[in-house]
Amino acid sequence: MKILVCISQVPDTTAKIQVSGDGKSIEKTGIKFILNPYDEFAIEEGLRLRERFGGTVTALTVGPETSKEILRTALAMGVDKVGIVKTDDILDSYNVAENIAGYAKSISPDLVIFGRQSIDFDSSGMAPMVAEMLDLPSISVVSSWNIENNAITAERDIEGGKEVLTCSVPCVISAQKGLNDPRYPKLPDIMKAKSKPIEEIASCHGSALVSLTSMALPSSKRVGMIVGDSEAEIASVVTALHEQAKVI
Amino acid sequence: MKHIIVYIEPKDASSLKRTSYEALTAARSIAGDAQITAFAVHGSEQALATAGNYGVQSVVLAKHDLLSTYSSTATAEALAQYAQSVSADTLILSGNASGKEIAPRLSVKLKAGILPDCIALVNEGGKVKATRPVYAGKAHITVESVSDHSIIALRPNVFTAKQEGSANASITSFAPSLEAKHAGVKVTSIVKNEGRLDVAEADIIVSGGRGMKGPEHFPIIEQLASTLGAAVGASRAVVDAGWRPHGEQVGQTGKTVSPSLYVACGISGAVQHLAGMSSSKFILAINKDKDAPIFKVADYGIVGDVFEVLPVLDAKLKAMLHS
Repeated sequence: MKILVCISQVPDTTAKIQVSGDGKSIEKTGIKFILNPYDEFAIEEGLRLRERFGGTVTALTVGPETSKEILRTALAMGVDKVGIVKTDDILDSYNVAENIAGYAKSISPDLVIFGRQSIDFDSSGMAPMVAEMLDLPSISVVSSWNIENNAITAERDIEGGKEVLTCSVPCVISAQKGLNDPRYPKLPDIMKAKSKPIEEIASCHGSALVSLTSMALPSSKRVGMIVGDSEAEIASVVTALHEQAKVI
Repeated sequence: MKHIIVYIEPKDASSLKRTSYEALTAARSIAGDAQITAFAVHGSEQALATAGNYGVQSVVLAKHDLLSTYSSTATAEALAQYAQSVSADTLILSGNASGKEIAPRLSVKLKAGILPDCIALVNEGGKVKATRPVYAGKAHITVESVSDHSIIALRPNVFTAKQEGSANASITSFAPSLEAKHAGVKVTSIVKNEGRLDVAEADIIVSGGRGMKGPEHFPIIEQLASTLGAAVGASRAVVDAGWRPHGEQVGQTGKTVSPSLYVACGISGAVQHLAGMSSSKFILAINKDKDAPIFKVADYGIVGDVFEVLPVLDAKLKAMLHS
């Protein structure tokens, strides 16, 4: 089975976000960048499929030179091959998807696996977008699944419950947290990963469909009524919820 | 902007999902002179006609054998075909679980800029500008489509659904041209969370954190939730410790929620938790540490021991609700 796992590099979840001078992006100085946490589940799923069915796992990212770090992480976890579409430009999601789909077409994978969403822009649209470009079915936010005879049965979280879905291979899925328990790379594997080759893929995309016009820190419009724990103070909060916020 | 299509979904035999009413209201708010048509792939006449109560008088129901079982791929194809047949330039959907699968496909099919997870929309000279949170809500961006079409997906529960009039919408049907390859993925069954209100759908959420000290103390949270008709939520620490099920987790790696009221009990307010609930309309926090970060985002805060405050709060709320 040929598996393509698409991963991205994102600011650490605890990073303090500041808007840079251009008013359209974040200030990158001092920020620690990590492998998108949901992508760990995607890589692990790819490795487990290889263990079960044989084949190869390729990890792909689209991003600047520094994104090679997460490809080293993927290699240390055990993927066979890694590639980067190197670009310093900030692409819109359509252009990122075009690059991923372009590479996928060149290797014709049986499965393309994403993390549920990348925690920078939180769009969660990459899996269906790439699937549409490849004319393949897709299932997003998969929390458990099984493949038998090239048929997939998967469960995914929806509002108020779970959906059970079916589709056939080849297809695209995105991994929900808890799909598996991602392995930690071992030190010797981390060392070996440092000298493995990283394929550089030329970027291929048309013009952007979306323009980002500004970025700002959210303004807080909170009431800010903080009180102590006396009965009268608790009662005052209940009154405010009723009369001021009108939520009860 | 000349013609907006709003994708709507039925909740039951007589009504649409609240997120669909939110999308109809949002469409009205930016439409100006543009025409609005609601589009569905299933739903009873009675349910679909309620679009009229939200100011949209025209509903189109796509009919095809391949739409009888829900398929995100077939739905996206039918919607794209209809949009092209009427030269619609703007499509609005809820960014709920189904919208998140359909919207990106529409973007590719129509070569349309996608504006996902929107929390505010404005019409500036016929162009939609959308605001959306990024970096888990730590920043907001303004985006617009630079192609001829826009696909707009709304963060659920953020836009208020507003009733306008009580006229029933008229329903016409549309026959998309679909082949088996369009229905490549199908839903075979839906398992509902029995008897438990989901945080993703609740109007009020009462969440417990590490300050609850153990799973045996969550009945206090459940009691308060029951008084308020609320769903029970939990912080990551509590879910990781196995005190509460994964489905209740609110935060960056759990669910993103925007209820009218979010009650945080014994939750310090780690940045990952704030990411999942900071778009709540009102936030009430109860924590014994007055310096806890949760108080920085709270509208109302009670500094005190949850085990002492919650029973009093519950009694006061009951008195208020019964008066």
